Amino acid sequence: MDLEKIKSEVEANVPGCRLETVANPSPSVQHSLRLDPEHAVAVATFLRDAVGLRFDFCSNVTGIDWPPTEVSQKVKVRRLVEGVEQEVDEVQKTTTPGSIEVVYHLFSIELKHGPLVLRMSTQDRDAGVHLPSLTHVWRSAEFQEREIFDLFGVVFDGHPDLRRLLMWDEFVDHPMRRDYIEPDDFEYEPTAHDEVLRRAQQHQSETRPADEGGIR
Amino acid sequence: MKRVDETLKSELGRQGIFTTTLQDLYNWGRTSSLWPLNFGLACCAIEMIATTMARYDLARFGAEVFRPSPRQADLMIVAGTVTKKMAPQVVRLYNQMPEPKYVISMGACAISGGPFKQGYNVLKGIDRYIPVDVYIPGCPPRPEALIEAFMALQKRIDAQQLTGTNRPRHLNADEPSEFAVPQFGAHDLQPAKNPAVWNAPLVQISQTGNDGSGKN
Repeated sequence: MDLEKIKSEVEANVPGCRLETVANPSPSVQHSLRLDPEHAVAVATFLRDAVGLRFDFCSNVTGIDWPPTEVSQKVKVRRLVEGVEQEVDEVQKTTTPGSIEVVYHLFSIELKHGPLVLRMSTQDRDAGVHLPSLTHVWRSAEFQEREIFDLFGVVFDGHPDLRRLLMWDEFVDHPMRRDYIEPDDFEYEPTAHDEVLRRAQQHQSETRPADEGGIR
Repeated sequence: MKRVDETLKSELGRQGIFTTTLQDLYNWGRTSSLWPLNFGLACCAIEMIATTMARYDLARFGAEVFRPSPRQADLMIVAGTVTKKMAPQVVRLYNQMPEPKYVISMGACAISGGPFKQGYNVLKGIDRYIPVDVYIPGCPPRPEALIEAFMALQKRIDAQQLTGTNRPRHLNADEPSEFAVPQFGAHDLQPAKNPAVWNAPLVQISQTGNDGSGKN
């Protein structure tokens, strides 16, 4: 399957869509196609129904969290220093807002080809986490989109039944996000070390002072 | 309570006179008809099912009737991973069982969370909410291990006296029969443990030679 060919075919048939190929440098060379959220449903419907493509099976939907990153760069800047123009090193910090990426893996049962990897990104990780749901195109995406909603917090617009799948409804966090802080709910470990040791010491000093044999 | 002399008892038995004590009769009744609750949570349940089948035949110990209702069950075999979403239901089922009732915590997950101990969604041992009589380690434990635990529970019941400090829990009016069902909280179950049932054991953490770097 030539991804560039699929891309040009989709672009010719879905007017206005902005596609982008994402190269995969690993030995698997499984390149992927990034969709724009506005045209995602139209593109997905085309991929499913087009005669030569017929991607009729969505085998997997998953999420990736890209936390905001801060990159500091040293840049040479010309500036007046004590009346003389000099080249000075300056550290410039650029922050990229994070996003949540949703990945769809498509196969064609009819034409026996695939996988085709689709990606969609949210605008940010707070309010702009809305993406269109592809459940109406591939019914198998329903539970997996619910899982991504549960664990990553992506809101799929147009999903028929968007509720938490694994965690309870009262739960407010999204455990698969990188900045998730898990509850401090295990107090000891027989062979504690590192982070677990630190936690165990904290818990034991809470319950019993050190001179009573708590921590040695 | 004074026990009947064993030699006298067997001598009388040979003459056709059956002697016993109320305590023996009571314990015999409790020991020989432990009806487990028909209740499995994960892969340990498969081993539990295997234990009841012809090869291992748990029926030999008077536990052939797995009851589908907690109202008719004596023994809860917590067989498998208790997720936090499932924990309130497990406690509620335990509360609905009539006295006398016993709990076997089967497998690494039910004891401590097992391989999911550092996860966000698994309870770190059912003994945080209900009292456990026998723990079986293993992942999953073999049917022989479940039979061993079953016999250990029977021995334990047999050794109990009707009065005194070693009397069964349900004959002690001060011991509670029901335990608080945890509520779904925003980040974790509320409360995360029942302090009346379980407290973190004090582990002697030796810090000599351990600077937290992971090297000795």
